[in-house]
Amino acid sequence: MLSYILRRLVTGLVTLFGISVISFFIIQLVPGDPAQIQTSQIADAAVSERVYQQLRELYGLDKPIPVQYANWVGKLVVGDFGSSFHDGRRVSAKIGEALWPTLSVALLSFMLTLIISTPIGIYSALRQGGGFDRSVSTGLYMLYSVPNYVAGMLLILYLGVKWDLLPFRGMRSDGYDEMTTLGQMWDLAQHYVLITFCFTFGNLAYYSRFIRQNLLEVVRQDYIRTARAKGLGERSVVLKHAFTNSLIPLISLIGLTLPFVLGGSVILEYMFNWPGLGRLYFESVLQRDYPTIMALNFITALLVLGITFIADLTYGLVDPRISYEK
Amino acid sequence: MATEATTNTTTGGAPVARSYWHITWRRFRGHRLGMVGLCVVAVLFLVAFLSPILANEQPILCRFDGGFYYPAVVDLVHQVPGTSLIIQKQRPYRLATFDFKREFDPERGDWALWTPVRYGPREIAAEPLAGPSSRHWLGTDQSGRDVLSRMVHGTVVSMKVGFLSMGIAVILGLVFGCIAGYAGGIADLVISRFIEVVQCFPAFFLILAVLAWFPPSIENVMIVIGLTRWVGIARFARGEILRIRETDYALAARSLGVRPAQLVLRHLLPNALAPVLVSVTFGIAVSILIEAGLSWLGFGVQPPDASWGTILRSGYENLFTAGHMIPPACVAIFLAVLSFNLVGDTLRDVIDPRLQAERA
Repeated sequence: MLSYILRRLVTGLVTLFGISVISFFIIQLVPGDPAQIQTSQIADAAVSERVYQQLRELYGLDKPIPVQYANWVGKLVVGDFGSSFHDGRRVSAKIGEALWPTLSVALLSFMLTLIISTPIGIYSALRQGGGFDRSVSTGLYMLYSVPNYVAGMLLILYLGVKWDLLPFRGMRSDGYDEMTTLGQMWDLAQHYVLITFCFTFGNLAYYSRFIRQNLLEVVRQDYIRTARAKGLGERSVVLKHAFTNSLIPLISLIGLTLPFVLGGSVILEYMFNWPGLGRLYFESVLQRDYPTIMALNFITALLVLGITFIADLTYGLVDPRISYEK
Repeated sequence: MATEATTNTTTGGAPVARSYWHITWRRFRGHRLGMVGLCVVAVLFLVAFLSPILANEQPILCRFDGGFYYPAVVDLVHQVPGTSLIIQKQRPYRLATFDFKREFDPERGDWALWTPVRYGPREIAAEPLAGPSSRHWLGTDQSGRDVLSRMVHGTVVSMKVGFLSMGIAVILGLVFGCIAGYAGGIADLVISRFIEVVQCFPAFFLILAVLAWFPPSIENVMIVIGLTRWVGIARFARGEILRIRETDYALAARSLGVRPAQLVLRHLLPNALAPVLVSVTFGIAVSILIEAGLSWLGFGVQPPDASWGTILRSGYENLFTAGHMIPPACVAIFLAVLSFNLVGDTLRDVIDPRLQAERA
């Protein structure tokens, strides 16, 4: 086990290096630099040139690219992402503000997905091929094919505008500060409804199908037959013996869906004016804010890498049959 | 399925050798949902290809001032690159300022066979932001252009981006996948690591980061989507090549002295294509989705050109006054994604031999 962890850590470090290289160079590949863009508005050529040189020096753009990369990585190691080119604020502060709105929706949606798809998956597995199984899986498959931002637009149009049931701009209504604590919570909860739904519904098909499939596989195992043979009730067999063991592969699925949640958040967060990571990324791209773009790329990739790593390890901890020794 | 195979061999006397793709197609036809998906894909394709004679401000065939003209048909032909050098519209249809609808005069003996939608995608045809009516079935947008006509022409963008971007991805993916899978060693190590690294990034982040620096256009969108999406295909291709490399027929070919390049191209690659095809089908759906999303964000197709994403955006910007643009664009994107997903799922069922064994 220990040698496996070490091996994974080493390859992980190589991947991490690759991530840092791509995060950095994807920005450098393209023509033009932010100093150029910021000074392009200055009419006086001499002033423009002087400011341009000063800005380049300030941003460290005058140094050769490998040096810039080394500087960037050097600061990265101590958690310093630099300052935004756009408003001069610390990148870490900007990201810190945007982290919670994105993460809270992701967690909420994830919990909802599990709460809804688990019973569906179990029930479908028990009544395999029955009416419920088929109709639910067809329905969920259709939902799965509805792109989340398409659903977002329709929900905004009907629930938000036409029937005026739910808010769809940002996290809070105007006059949030004057509300009572209870009112604030209610207001916040209302704002979460639509965006959380958009992140959730597409996963339902995937997860419920996954749970159904795993359960079907586990039910065929010998120890389930043993449990039945010793006279346990069906309920106990399914929930205690079969279901808990069918959960193991779910761990890896969680790691797989995360990058999609983060990447898919750009359009949805922009659509709902949600102050999260996706919108921050989009705005940084529009503002050509190098440090923020690089930091966001790096952090999301790092998150994905870390979660897959943890998923792989817990896989082994939960399931003693998996051996890490080659 | 087993009975099908036996009847084939017994009724015809000598066993009929059927190609792999022929067998796959026979199996595919048995799946109702897959066929529905394939039909929708075909319809979308037809709509895209025939868009100039489906929605155009100029007629398919007309008589004007004593002469016969067929301007929409010329538009149709012009979709093939290079044909504009051979065939051109006749005067006065060649002139941008010529408006047949205004010059049309029945008393002179003019008549016209119009396209089903009589408005061009860029033609300012009516009041802006008008709701659906008998003249404009899906209403008009903020500039007074017919939304239905724009939807029809938006299909072209979606299909083009879907197929061409995946074309780029397939070529890159197969080349790198084959190299990694067959050559092994350092090449495999480098390519596999690279794929692993790229897959850590959300694809949409990478696409946006690159696209932001180039002038927005549909060509750039295609290229960037292709450049970011080849990694998944390369991984598939690598795995398949690794598997096939060890089969008996690969060994047979090798011992016959087939050179490596020929071995990969003639013997390994054709047999690795089936699983790749499945991921390409899903990839087209994703590309269409990404294009619409990028156009919605303002990074894709630029006005006045039409795309489903830009129509959706117009609806979003005029939410309170003109919601009528949103549902059509949503339905179109949904249908395209659903049909490609159905085809992909069916293909996967059809060509995965393990599933066959389970079912038999």
